[in-house]
Amino acid sequence: MASKKMAIIATKGALDMAYPPLILASTAAALGWEVQVFFTFYGLQLLRKDLSGIAISPLANPAMPMPVPMPVIVSALPGMQAMATSMMKAKMKKKGVASLTELRSLCQEAEVKFIACQMTVDLFEFDKADFIDGIEYGGAATFMKFAGETDICLFI
Amino acid sequence: MTFDKEFDATGLSCPLPIVKTKKSLADMQSGQVLRVVATDPGSVADMAAFAEQTGHALISSGQEGGKYVFLLKKG
Repeated sequence: MASKKMAIIATKGALDMAYPPLILASTAAALGWEVQVFFTFYGLQLLRKDLSGIAISPLANPAMPMPVPMPVIVSALPGMQAMATSMMKAKMKKKGVASLTELRSLCQEAEVKFIACQMTVDLFEFDKADFIDGIEYGGAATFMKFAGETDICLFI
Repeated sequence: MTFDKEFDATGLSCPLPIVKTKKSLADMQSGQVLRVVATDPGSVADMAAFAEQTGHALISSGQEGGKYVFLLKKG
């Protein structure tokens, strides 16, 4: 039986939005699926060697559970994003949630193919030297070729 | 029941119990049994779905001392 296939377009670079593509990709790979993730726009941040800058903000995130109710104006104060990020990371660690770096390594070990969108790499003038090894660069047509053969195709 | 190898997934959250179970099975022979111990309640449904989709047999799925214990026979 040919393996099933999944394609994901990862477009977001915030901490909460970084997890779903990597969780689904690593799990599908563990199930023996052939998986490709196409990173575009802010999703490209997930390909950086150093993921310590990936953050979460309570701003424009009204559903984010907060320890105490917080007015939007307070969320906008300097330092609030850093505080929210460190609190979220601490909570994740306590609950045994894998770090993004670990999940990404598990994907690569399981031969999930990572494709960086060449156009947005150029648009934001990202330095390829800042990205991890083992990724490919391509455009929409590259993605469509694989996406057209998949059982599941997600835009995240 | 006897088993050939054990993987302790205590404290790990989704998707690590499944992804690392897959890794634990990699160096085992077909027919050998892997025992997995987990604390993630989601692993009960996930382990069954994993076995069903990968051709490994989930021989048993239960609880022991507040933890979830699975026996998987490699397919």
